[in-house]
Amino acid sequence: MNDYEKLSLEILRSTPAGAAMLADRPASPERRRFLQMLSGGLLIGVTLNTSLLRADAEEAATVGPRRPRNELPKDFNAFLHIAEDGKITGYTGKIEMGQGINTSLAQMLAEELDAPYDTVRMVAGDTDLCPWDAGTWGSMTTRFFGPPFRAAAAEAKAVLVLLAAEALGVPADQLITRDGAVLVRGDESRRVAYGALTKGQRIERHLEVKPTLKDVAAFKIVGKPQLRRDARDKVTGRAHYTGDVRLPGMLYAKVLRPPVHGAKLTSADTTRAKAAAGVRVIEQDGLVAVLHATPDGAEEALALVKAQWELPPASTLTEDTIHDHLDATIKDAKVVDSGGDLAAGRAATKRVIETTFLDGYVAHVCMETHAALAQIEGDKLTVWASTQNPFGVRDMLARTVGFPPEKVRVITPFVGGGFGGKTSNGQCAEAARLARAAGVPVQVMRSREEEFFLDTFRPAAKIKIASGIDDAGAMTFWDYEVIAAGERGSAQFYSVPHHRTVARPSGWTGPAGSHPFATGAWRAPANNTNTFARESQIDIMAAAAGMDPIEFRLKNMTDARMLRTLRAAADAWGWKPAPAPSRRGLGVACGADAGTYVAAIAEVEVDKATGAVKVKRVLVAQDMGVVINPQGTLIQLEGCVMMGLGYALSEEMHFKGGEILDTNFNRYAIPRFSQVPKIEGVLLDHNDLPPQGGGEPAIILMGGLIANAIHDATGARLLRMPMTPARVKAALPRA
Amino acid sequence: MPEKLSFTLNGQPVSVEVDGDRKLLWVLRTDLALTGTKYSCGKGLCGTCTVLVDNVPQRSCMLRAGSVRGKEVTTIEGFEKDGELHPLQKAFIDHDALQCGFCTPGMILTAHGVLRRNPAATREQIVQGMERNLCRCGAHPRILDAIEQARDTLAGKPTAPAR
Repeated sequence: MNDYEKLSLEILRSTPAGAAMLADRPASPERRRFLQMLSGGLLIGVTLNTSLLRADAEEAATVGPRRPRNELPKDFNAFLHIAEDGKITGYTGKIEMGQGINTSLAQMLAEELDAPYDTVRMVAGDTDLCPWDAGTWGSMTTRFFGPPFRAAAAEAKAVLVLLAAEALGVPADQLITRDGAVLVRGDESRRVAYGALTKGQRIERHLEVKPTLKDVAAFKIVGKPQLRRDARDKVTGRAHYTGDVRLPGMLYAKVLRPPVHGAKLTSADTTRAKAAAGVRVIEQDGLVAVLHATPDGAEEALALVKAQWELPPASTLTEDTIHDHLDATIKDAKVVDSGGDLAAGRAATKRVIETTFLDGYVAHVCMETHAALAQIEGDKLTVWASTQNPFGVRDMLARTVGFPPEKVRVITPFVGGGFGGKTSNGQCAEAARLARAAGVPVQVMRSREEEFFLDTFRPAAKIKIASGIDDAGAMTFWDYEVIAAGERGSAQFYSVPHHRTVARPSGWTGPAGSHPFATGAWRAPANNTNTFARESQIDIMAAAAGMDPIEFRLKNMTDARMLRTLRAAADAWGWKPAPAPSRRGLGVACGADAGTYVAAIAEVEVDKATGAVKVKRVLVAQDMGVVINPQGTLIQLEGCVMMGLGYALSEEMHFKGGEILDTNFNRYAIPRFSQVPKIEGVLLDHNDLPPQGGGEPAIILMGGLIANAIHDATGARLLRMPMTPARVKAALPRA
Repeated sequence: MPEKLSFTLNGQPVSVEVDGDRKLLWVLRTDLALTGTKYSCGKGLCGTCTVLVDNVPQRSCMLRAGSVRGKEVTTIEGFEKDGELHPLQKAFIDHDALQCGFCTPGMILTAHGVLRRNPAATREQIVQGMERNLCRCGAHPRILDAIEQARDTLAGKPTAPAR
């Protein structure tokens, strides 16, 4: 056994499916299918045709240090399977929550394999079938899963060529690949299909020198717009989400929740609930739940539980007082970036502009609430979960519920929206605990009220900026401190000699006693808040300098990529320079997230009587390197614009201490059809840059973009999000 | 108390023993195993659970099951006739008018009601008709495009190409 084979075996042992194979245990149909895939493969000695291949120096960096678990497998079989009939299955530990990866990853796999796109399907988020993955967040699927996934396909294709060379008796360098088959160059009647080579088995041969990935210029499938592959299932009701999975004998659970965060359960009288027909009550270490054969039956039974709570001390914290509280309670500061001599830069500046910006708590509000279904068969726990990180759920269940990780399988059906909110997976532990206690499969699906109450909100935040300009409109210094939002997107990219950026703290959760409830990652975490503050302050300086906001940015910028992106937006819009407020209602903002650069221009109309803001047109220029699926990219961009309207204009959680006041759509306002602006996306051609993120970047601009447009329309400078009609009206200059 | 409840569901007669005060949403999803109708707010505020009752969109999370006795209920599963997609379903596919897809059944059935009331609905009228249906992914512009295409298809007009 060579080192590579030893490592493969080690990895195999470390995965549940691999361990199952090695242990030769009885298998479920799914596992049997997987075993067939793994076992009985082609064990053929191999002489490498190195002229066909080139070393991939990045390989080691891509897959990271050798650890037996929680890393990407090195065997390409973990990523793909080719059936005898030619059907190809790709496996990813990512999940499909609407972002379209089942389409874009299928494009990558088909492209790199030279297989017809329609023969490829994806299996996502099943911890027994798919390669390990940290989680679907940070716009990382294309950027970081894409390269090893493509590399697996490239290696598989190269091995198939070697196998075909033996099958056809033709040297490998005289063979080409196309449409899922290997063909003899110049005599294409001599061919062998991939499926005939694999016979549906695991491919045992591997290459020590990995082939290079296909060049962008050779792409036939990647880079072409593709419609979503899951649309037909989703328009017919066939698409299954976690709450749609049905098992024989399953019960639906409703879990007792506290009235406010910080309340402690002192007693729960479950007598009446226990007496109700068909109701089971589970009380276990603070978890009180009622189980019933119907979800509404469980909901009714929960109302029969009389609970006593010890409430936390009365709190004066509200959405209006929270910012100073956060400023006072969060001490842990990180210098994100600095340069020059800030004190000297400030001392030499005559025009110093100091501004404080505020942001509120924002909810995720996925249309699908958190759900999980847990089933225990013997010593094995299977959980269907609406989650963004199935492998994290597996490990969490192993720790908290007490099953070894290899005895836990997490299956992720379609997820009805995530946006960072489904990285918090408490419902999975509840379902697993209840299934064990009840001895039957148990589903936990949150009500909308629970969904709001238990959310990990985007944190409220305060940003203090002091900056300066000289007489020629050049930035002289930049002193930036962000409190509570987090550091992502805080480092400024303008050309300023003296600068410092501090994040207090660097993440989006605070120490005990700071936030009155849970906070967490929300689509492009921290960057929405930071970009709102930075791009507003830039506009304030541009106005103080009497300069057009785009010209001011271009003057104070040397980053070539940002310059190009901003110019692309201005050109596509047909920008005519004028200092703000020009009364045209035009705003501009730019920024970077997930490796992608974005710049946007918007036109708004402000109703001065009510303060209501109507966003009429938004244009986003986006430089994301190689574009995998231009159609999917535009959809994500449009989604960013629409969702961004919410945090910019209306979304803010109201609360009193740990009491959440907005628990349904009658009080918490997300964007609606009447708010749809004209949306244009401009994708920059940048094919010498590998693919970057697409799910988050455009949303970061929406706060600053709209704030700047409101200023341009009215002269009112909004320093706090969301920019509600009341706040806009209050900021309007007196007539 | 459980009672025998008979109605027409997706073109087929059905009878279930249920408490007529239960909400139709849960009877459909649990007792009748039709999970295409989704729960999202439970208060009639988002439109995700929309079904057709005698061809009129209704929010099944607010609707007593007993109220559909003798009526015709259509869920998203019954919107496809003999393997043929309804023009609205086809238009949603053509325009990629969805992302996570969770609100999609409710969007399609609500749009059906909008076009049934007004087969020549303008884009503004479509916006008004869809205003109480929520989508979090931001598929709104494409949903509007799709409904316009379906409107034209249903009227026998040639359709504009998808964006």
